[in-house]
Amino acid sequence: MVNSIWLMIAQRLGLGLVTLFVISLLIFGAVELLPGDIAQEMLGQSATPETVAAFRRELGLDLPAHERYLNWLGGVVQGDFGNSLANGRPITDLIAGRLGNTLFLALYAAAIAVPLALVLGILAALYRNSWFDRAINVFTLSSISFPEFFVAYILIFYLAQSGLFPSIAKITPDATLGEKLYRTFLPALTLTLVVTAHMMRMTRAAIINLLASPYIEMARLKGMSPGRIIVKHALPNALAPIINVVALNLAYLITGVVVVEVVFVYPGLGQLMVDSVSKRDITVVQAASLIFACAYVLLNLTADVLSTLSNPRLVHKR
Amino acid sequence: MGQTDNPVLLSIRGLRIEGRSDETWSEIVKGVDLTLRRGEVLGLIGESGAGKSTIGLAAMGFARDGCRISGGTIDFDGIDLRTAPMAECRALRGKRIAYVAQSAAASFNPAHRLIDQYSEGPVQHGVMSRDQAEHDAKELYRRMHLPTPDEIGFRYPHQVSGGQLQRAMTAMAMACRPDLIIFDEPTTALDVTTQIEVLASIRDIVDQFGTAAIYITHDLAVVAQMADSIKVLLHGEEVEEADTRTMLSHPQEAYTKSLWAVRSLERPEQPPAGPDEVPVVSVRNVTAAYGAVPVLKDVSFDIHSRRTVAVVGESGSGKSTAARVITGLLPPLSGTVMFEGQELPKDYRNRSKDQLRQAQMIYQMADTALNPKHKIREIIGRSVQFYLGLQGRQLTERVRQLLDLIELEPDQFIDRLPSELSGGQKQRIGIARALAAEPRFIICDEVTSALDQLVAEGILKLLNRLQAEFNLAYMFITHDLATVRAIADEVVVMKEGVVVEQGGKTEMFRPPHDPYTELLLSSVPEMDPDWLDRLLAERAAGGAGAGVKSADN
Repeated sequence: MVNSIWLMIAQRLGLGLVTLFVISLLIFGAVELLPGDIAQEMLGQSATPETVAAFRRELGLDLPAHERYLNWLGGVVQGDFGNSLANGRPITDLIAGRLGNTLFLALYAAAIAVPLALVLGILAALYRNSWFDRAINVFTLSSISFPEFFVAYILIFYLAQSGLFPSIAKITPDATLGEKLYRTFLPALTLTLVVTAHMMRMTRAAIINLLASPYIEMARLKGMSPGRIIVKHALPNALAPIINVVALNLAYLITGVVVVEVVFVYPGLGQLMVDSVSKRDITVVQAASLIFACAYVLLNLTADVLSTLSNPRLVHKR
Repeated sequence: MGQTDNPVLLSIRGLRIEGRSDETWSEIVKGVDLTLRRGEVLGLIGESGAGKSTIGLAAMGFARDGCRISGGTIDFDGIDLRTAPMAECRALRGKRIAYVAQSAAASFNPAHRLIDQYSEGPVQHGVMSRDQAEHDAKELYRRMHLPTPDEIGFRYPHQVSGGQLQRAMTAMAMACRPDLIIFDEPTTALDVTTQIEVLASIRDIVDQFGTAAIYITHDLAVVAQMADSIKVLLHGEEVEEADTRTMLSHPQEAYTKSLWAVRSLERPEQPPAGPDEVPVVSVRNVTAAYGAVPVLKDVSFDIHSRRTVAVVGESGSGKSTAARVITGLLPPLSGTVMFEGQELPKDYRNRSKDQLRQAQMIYQMADTALNPKHKIREIIGRSVQFYLGLQGRQLTERVRQLLDLIELEPDQFIDRLPSELSGGQKQRIGIARALAAEPRFIICDEVTSALDQLVAEGILKLLNRLQAEFNLAYMFITHDLATVRAIADEVVVMKEGVVVEQGGKTEMFRPPHDPYTELLLSSVPEMDPDWLDRLLAERAAGGAGAGVKSADN
């Protein structure tokens, strides 16, 4: 049995690699489609065609697309993303710190949002159609309906104006953990407000969906309390959809936080990517895109494995 | 049956229950009285919609969502369950009143091991510790004659067979040694051979602990084995109540008598076909498999015009797979299916429209076999249009004729949706759809097993009439031997993908039998209250059917 789980993980990893390969093609193709190029961008409008061409040659931009793709892929496979076209620094160095920051913020937000969403979802299912349920729904839905920057500015207005939390999430590498948590509280709270509704509503729906099942009626007829019925009898059977929604939202926390990073001037990967796009620093854009794709693939793989493990029918064969 | 002096445990007076449909409440139980003494077993019997389950649940002070108890009193050992606070009712449920559901497979939580579900009640109600509960569970599993009682509890529900699950559920109901257990059709979903063992175990354990029980079923022969007295219900009202023997031998009311009479429907066997007659369908040496799992092994049988061949066997015996091979849904690995002497292509995709038209099918669950968004006109009309190419007025005319044939008034029914029909009417539409193709051969897959006995009788009579009228050949798949008596000319007995015996009906019901046929035949409950005792005694003595163990163990 344990073997078949490992086999499944190996298969999914293999498929993940194929997916990443396809994604690398897409990324490369999409970046090719961007108008303008870095040589033009850096040298300015007054540059002569000769200087632009020379600069392009220097960066290797004059090679045909498939050669550039293969060169790039060859480097990536060996863990070398190449150098930034804009400033010549190795991309690995450029990204490492940023990725760490992004993961830190994502984990921070997830650590608040996931337990909060699950607890709220369970409570909403338990007190379904009550005032509590409606209030929770209205609140989470409103917070997801407003644009992120709006939520962020509202938080800044109420929580930073009064001096409770800093509005600029500037962190230095030597900051202590407590300090980091304090400084990034507002961006983490913004992200929490953005992702909680989705997970909470899925938890509620997945549980309520099961409440008409005969085994729930059986639990009621065994005299079990409503809370126990929800947590012990419905929740374990509702895990698969919940796990998948959580994974989707975690992926969003890693890849979709550009706006929040900009508002709070947080040095994350998303901001780096946006800057690089505007500078036509395509090697950095490609590297960042690939890392985001990896995050999606890995999180989905984890979600699949966990959903499988949550189902005794798949774990304990007849 | 010496419980008449015992103190009264449960007393229900003037019970009224309402159910909601489309914002209006209508009464589904209309003033029922019920008295149950300690240690007594009361059988509640009636057709679907009679309110049996609703009354059973009300005895626990429980109403399903969409139902409410609107009148009367429910007195359980001095506690009025209608007025008692929620917490008090909850403390009783599972501890002093327990419930055994119809489908154990659906009523066990798929996420937890059996023994965890067993222990939950006693531990949560504070009756015993987890360790004691586990120990006790193994003891009860042993008493319920479950195989490997020390280990079976550590399995998940999907790892245990249906009959075993039903016994595990009865053990779970016994966990707190309740005063009363509600059995809600506990054996309806089981094969006859498995049913015997479950019935015997239930009766045994109820006897041992002197538990009172309400036994809900639509099967008279089953209730005859289990109950001290029987109450007959119809449309939420009591028809009559009497002790079991009186009820069986001298039913008073016309409705009760009609229920009793259904079981005696029997059609005389048609004379066998001549040796030169070409069978309509001939299955020859068919072997088939789902993937690597073999399900049919060298199966052969013929079906002649105007004759009905009943294919019987337990679930998993390959009866429905044989039908799938004939219709071409499952191409066989080897062997052929002949239609009027011509070999049919194995895969339905390679068959001509005419070949497809000649073999039609009627399904067990009319509910799922009819498109809920289509009107009857379209459901039947589609078949007429597709196979016969009729259009417009002619098409409507043909649909109306077909409705006449199945005894449904065309004006009333032609524009209805399936949801506006009763179970029996839906099944009739299924028959009309099959007839619409003007076939020579119809496969009926458990067409009456989801229906009440009186309704099922009507369907069987209709099928018999249509066969004579249109010279049809029927393949009738069933696990119910009473249905075989009512419709078959020939019987094919299957077990684990193999035909163990086949022949004319009269001959099949007369000994000597193949041991498996004998086991099947002897397992069909009879209306005699002593039948189960006698059968168990015979089997213990190594008599009928003892040589073959049921597949369940």
